[in-house]
Amino acid sequence: MAERLEAKHKGGTLVSRKIEYSDTSDPMEVCYQRGWTDGLPVTPPTDERVLEMLKGTRRRADEVVGKIPPYLGTCTVEKVAINAVLAGCKPEYMPVLLAALEAALEPVFTLHGVLATTYFSSPIIIVNGPIARAIGMNSGLNVLGQGNRANATIGRALNLIVQNVGGGRPGEADRSTLGAPSKYTLCFAEDESDPEWEPLSVARGFPRGVSTVTLFQGHGPEAIVDQKTRTAEGLTRSIASSLVKMGHPKLVQSARAVLVLTPEHYAIYKESGWDRKKIERALYEATIRPGREILAGADGVGEGVPASRAEEMVPKFHDDGLMVVRAGGPAGLFSAVLPGWLAGRNKLELQPVTKEIKT
Amino acid sequence: MTNWMRDPTAETSAVKRARRVPPKSLEGLTVGLFDIGKTRTPEFLDRVEQRFKERGLKTYRCGKPTNAKVATTENLQKISSEVDVILIGLSD
Repeated sequence: MAERLEAKHKGGTLVSRKIEYSDTSDPMEVCYQRGWTDGLPVTPPTDERVLEMLKGTRRRADEVVGKIPPYLGTCTVEKVAINAVLAGCKPEYMPVLLAALEAALEPVFTLHGVLATTYFSSPIIIVNGPIARAIGMNSGLNVLGQGNRANATIGRALNLIVQNVGGGRPGEADRSTLGAPSKYTLCFAEDESDPEWEPLSVARGFPRGVSTVTLFQGHGPEAIVDQKTRTAEGLTRSIASSLVKMGHPKLVQSARAVLVLTPEHYAIYKESGWDRKKIERALYEATIRPGREILAGADGVGEGVPASRAEEMVPKFHDDGLMVVRAGGPAGLFSAVLPGWLAGRNKLELQPVTKEIKT
Repeated sequence: MTNWMRDPTAETSAVKRARRVPPKSLEGLTVGLFDIGKTRTPEFLDRVEQRFKERGLKTYRCGKPTNAKVATTENLQKISSEVDVILIGLSD
């Protein structure tokens, strides 16, 4: 009742267009008819819900966050809140969503290209710091799957903003050949339960204890199975043998990747005293192969490196192209790779972006 | 009773502009060949340019550095001042 009264009296502060519907209409069907959904049902953005959502941020509703590709629609905090309602967010997710949107709008994230590409990619959100626990994000069992409201709806809200405010609709400006389930949502928190592990946010220049979002252009997950290796060196070679297949075994220096390292695989590294830097460096080196083994045209396969690189040792990734994130349930000697967008041929053109989450 | 929701879109409406009428002939015109920055675009445009030149047409090579980003307004304005028609090269 309090929300209704507030909406009645404060609803006037909202400036977004009112979309009227009659008592005989189903508001969820109205949302479908208007093209506001990603195919799944959305929560109708009534004044009560939008006003409640805006309580999750101290920022003014009329503050412009940016222009959203591909059609550069102006996005205010109010529009973010409306789309957060559609996605099913709670108000306390707003700071994460706003930081994620700001990260996505950094030119080096190339959001227009990520949306318009024929490839599988969309923004993947990785959350670090105390806010992840505060809003109940999942970093454990089924972390890349369904079931956690914050994980599911924050990622979904960002994609709905691109669709609704930016106009990036599948089959129109979104030209993805196959798409991917991760285009609905792929958002998760890193497992920071081990104080010896350097969180992704710290590796990317933020102090411990500061909450951040890191946005990555990718899709997935793709499984990496090794249930038998028990040494750090062996596990590195084993994981690398899966990583080199990403996209195509002969495709190199085209895309970045996130390796989601699960607790049981991490335990093998930890026992040998390996930290993030050592794991990332070792994986990078283990994915370097002789050019002659991945030549274009060999066995009639067109993909590969040109003959001029036959004598080179060719890395799969750019030297900063692999980010390790710890997550997952306690049992299961599987990790996963989230492959990046193939447009990363020049590593400076296309990069992940990390932003502080300000509450 | 009428209820309402709030519009989640940017509330813009598309402006429909009529397309320019294609020229009846390319004779005497400059044909821009726009490289969108994909890996094998130059190969594709080299072939196309060769065909245009065989027909005695004037070409103008232009483009943007990467397919990951849209062309800048300055770039598009410069190109539009140099060419009469343009062909955008997609290739991979």
